[in-house]
Amino acid sequence: MHFFEDMEIGQRRELGSFTFTADNIKKFAAQFDPQRFHLDEEEGRKSLFGGLAASGWHVGSVCMKLMVAHGQRQIREATARGEEVATWGPSPGFRELRWIRPVLAGDTISFSSVVETKRVSDSRPGWGIMQARNTGINQRGEQVYSFLATAFVPLRSKD
Amino acid sequence: MTTLTFEDFTPGHFGRFGPRRVTREEILAFAAEFDPQPMHLDEEAAQRSMLKGLSGSGWHLCSVVMRMMFDGFIGRTASLGSPGVNELRWLAPLRPDDELTLDVEVAEARVSKSRPETGIVTVKSVVRNAAGQVLCEMVSPLIVKRRDAGAA
Repeated sequence: MHFFEDMEIGQRRELGSFTFTADNIKKFAAQFDPQRFHLDEEEGRKSLFGGLAASGWHVGSVCMKLMVAHGQRQIREATARGEEVATWGPSPGFRELRWIRPVLAGDTISFSSVVETKRVSDSRPGWGIMQARNTGINQRGEQVYSFLATAFVPLRSKD
Repeated sequence: MTTLTFEDFTPGHFGRFGPRRVTREEILAFAAEFDPQPMHLDEEAAQRSMLKGLSGSGWHLCSVVMRMMFDGFIGRTASLGSPGVNELRWLAPLRPDDELTLDVEVAEARVSKSRPETGIVTVKSVVRNAAGQVLCEMVSPLIVKRRDAGAA
């Protein structure tokens, strides 16, 4: 993963894609969000979504899954090059999360992340705070998901 | 059971829900599938992390809160879904065996301009552990049918 100093405003990362299936939509919904339009095709069709729709929290969790996998690929590549690896800290939260369009069974969503702001943390020495706009688009190129994430990113120089 | 409609959401404290216990097994299972960072999976790595001990994924906490909302009121509300989350803050880590309590406050309730048969209810949700420490705060709009629009 990148250190704070290596991140540039506007820098874009492609995080990867995920296909939502009726099975994985219903499995997540049964555990965390058993609203009828997330569990049943017919109820989904009758709803505002127009089909069996993934829980918004399922979409958010899948985006996290792809972000982590992307970070772990970066770590492996940096390690292979013999570079020092940055371990990112936790996130204090996010803003402006939008479930813009429904994610329906059979949709493949591609996620990406663009750095919007960065600053050195006042309260935690050795850390920077970065905001990135993470978005998901479906196989028709329509934006379905967007949020402004915040994360703690370590500084390379600790002085 | 009566179905709750837009009219049932008036500004002020709406309800307290829970407690809901989150086990270590649940934390590890969610992290393995959706957020396999060492701080959520590995006790030793978690001790070295900023959170100083094993913690649940923030997305796990959100998903559990969704389930607490469903069990608490959304399951019996004429809910049409949510367009998003205005703001969410993870303030303290979710720990194994935390007993979560959810307080929901209606911040605003207004009729939708684009779909007048529905209303938009903005709720502020606060999640606390058994010690009363706030783990998470969230402000999010919900779309709810109006009763006089023939809500089922």
